[in-house]
Amino acid sequence: MNGTLELNPSLVQPYKQTLGQIVDNSMTLAYRGLIKVRRNPEQLFDVTLQPIIFTLMFTYLFGGAIAGNIRNYLPIVIPGILVQTVIGASMVTGVQLREDMEKGVFNRFKSLPIARISPLLGALLADTIRYAIATSLTFFVGYIIGYRPFGGIVGITLAGALVIVVAWAISWIFAFFGVIARTSASVQGISMLVLFPLTFLSNAFVPTRTLPKALRLFADVNPISHLISAVRQLTNHANLVVGQDLWLSLLGAALIVAVFAPLTIAAYMRKA
Amino acid sequence: MSTDSIHGFAMEQSGPAVEAEAIVKIFGDNRAVDGIDLVVPVGMVYGVLGPNGAGKTTMINILATLLRADSGTAKIFGHDVLKEANTVRQLMRVTGQYASLDEALTGYENLVIFSRLLGLSPKEARKRTNDLLEEFELADAARRPVSKFSGGMRRRLDLAASIISQPPLLFLDEPTTGLDPHNRARMWTLIRRLVAQGTTVILTTQYLDEADQLADRIAVIDHGRVVAEGLTNELKASIGTTSLHVQLTEQADTDNAMSTIARVLGAKGTVVDRKHISAPMANPDLIADLFVAFRDAGIRLAELSVQKPTLDEVFLTLTGHGTTEETKENVE
Repeated sequence: MNGTLELNPSLVQPYKQTLGQIVDNSMTLAYRGLIKVRRNPEQLFDVTLQPIIFTLMFTYLFGGAIAGNIRNYLPIVIPGILVQTVIGASMVTGVQLREDMEKGVFNRFKSLPIARISPLLGALLADTIRYAIATSLTFFVGYIIGYRPFGGIVGITLAGALVIVVAWAISWIFAFFGVIARTSASVQGISMLVLFPLTFLSNAFVPTRTLPKALRLFADVNPISHLISAVRQLTNHANLVVGQDLWLSLLGAALIVAVFAPLTIAAYMRKA
Repeated sequence: MSTDSIHGFAMEQSGPAVEAEAIVKIFGDNRAVDGIDLVVPVGMVYGVLGPNGAGKTTMINILATLLRADSGTAKIFGHDVLKEANTVRQLMRVTGQYASLDEALTGYENLVIFSRLLGLSPKEARKRTNDLLEEFELADAARRPVSKFSGGMRRRLDLAASIISQPPLLFLDEPTTGLDPHNRARMWTLIRRLVAQGTTVILTTQYLDEADQLADRIAVIDHGRVVAEGLTNELKASIGTTSLHVQLTEQADTDNAMSTIARVLGAKGTVVDRKHISAPMANPDLIADLFVAFRDAGIRLAELSVQKPTLDEVFLTLTGHGTTEETKENVE
């Protein structure tokens, strides 16, 4: 301490809770989230290594059996893996939020005149970058092993955007678990229990008509199946197909946000 | 900027900086804060003195809107900590006992993010961050993650984050614990500067010396209650003066030494132990006279010391028990 610091009380403007302030605070905290990811690249394993390994593994394992050859299987399996990976990545949001809330820095956030909700919004916002990484990598690995979707760049971009939007919506569910749970391990436990059956008992890897009746009924109503179908429609057709599955997926996403955003925010404000 | 603007809207009501009444906070069966009243006038350093687990940090957290009291009311510059939490958060900053920093981020990034959250533009935030890092001699460490910082560096960065803008009220929870003497002295200087420019400081400490040096008023807290409160000088007077301890070489000199002490210090000594005499000493300047008197009388000394009352002695005086058993009972 060299005693030359200018002590300036007027640097900070009086706090007003405006939408602009909430957005500004949330963006700042999203930026914080991104720095943390850059500092700890191992946090990205689930959105980098997993899409690479799963894409290769499932394609070569099931390709011949299900679609006759690898090339014919790619349009089926790439959308499946994409959805599975990105939705899986949204689970990590809840786990990391729980870990973050236990740290000392949250005390300072709580003592500052900022929008109370911004640490939560910042975390959810920063995670969309993770979803974007997973999306790009899955398509990229697919391309390397011969995936040439008819939908082209437009189809792929729209499909990627759809998956990211839905994953963001679903991350509110896991954020809710993250806020109410006692430990991050329990968040992980609950989330795996929900995600594993939902993503596998779908049309992600096999056509549902090959399934036993009860399982097929479940797989056909499974919202994940509808999302995967929507992605296949967007990517696999030369003409843009906007079908029922796309609207159902978006409607589902909106419903999840409508229910879980207020729940999560209420629980978060009680704790924060 | 003058002190008027720092208090701008804080001073609408011309009351005290902090006014807390009958605050209670219970964790399980531990009454961490057990009915504390506190009035902190504007513009001073207010010391909160007490051993580990006395309830100091809990009390600070309640006043700083981090913790909700089970009962009682607290106002910061007239604003209720529950009903007007966001106004209160604007009027105060808190530097905690456990640094509230982002471990994964560098010192620079921490300060930029806190500055941005307080509404500084990106450019202002970077400038202020560089000024603060310079002031706290952290410029070299600015690019390292906080997880690699030493305890003292964390404290300094934590305090820097609290004075991005100078707050009207600053809570410092044991600010010098873990600092070396050099940085402790500088921390004290900075605290005095902040107060001189209008900040009211509430300082918790386990060190009597620190409270003595900095605080205008002191509250002594024990078992979640205020056991003594008053101007620092009044409180010191009630605790007692410094004491002289003399260890003689020859036991035969004891009587002679006792009468010399009585003559020079004007106070009666006590024989603690065969060759060990202690005596209250109001004026430490008399120590030179005493040395001369001892030499003239041919009394040879093995050891001589002048001691301030320790926190332990203060507690013994005020509460009738020392601090050690305290710490064992009240582990948080």
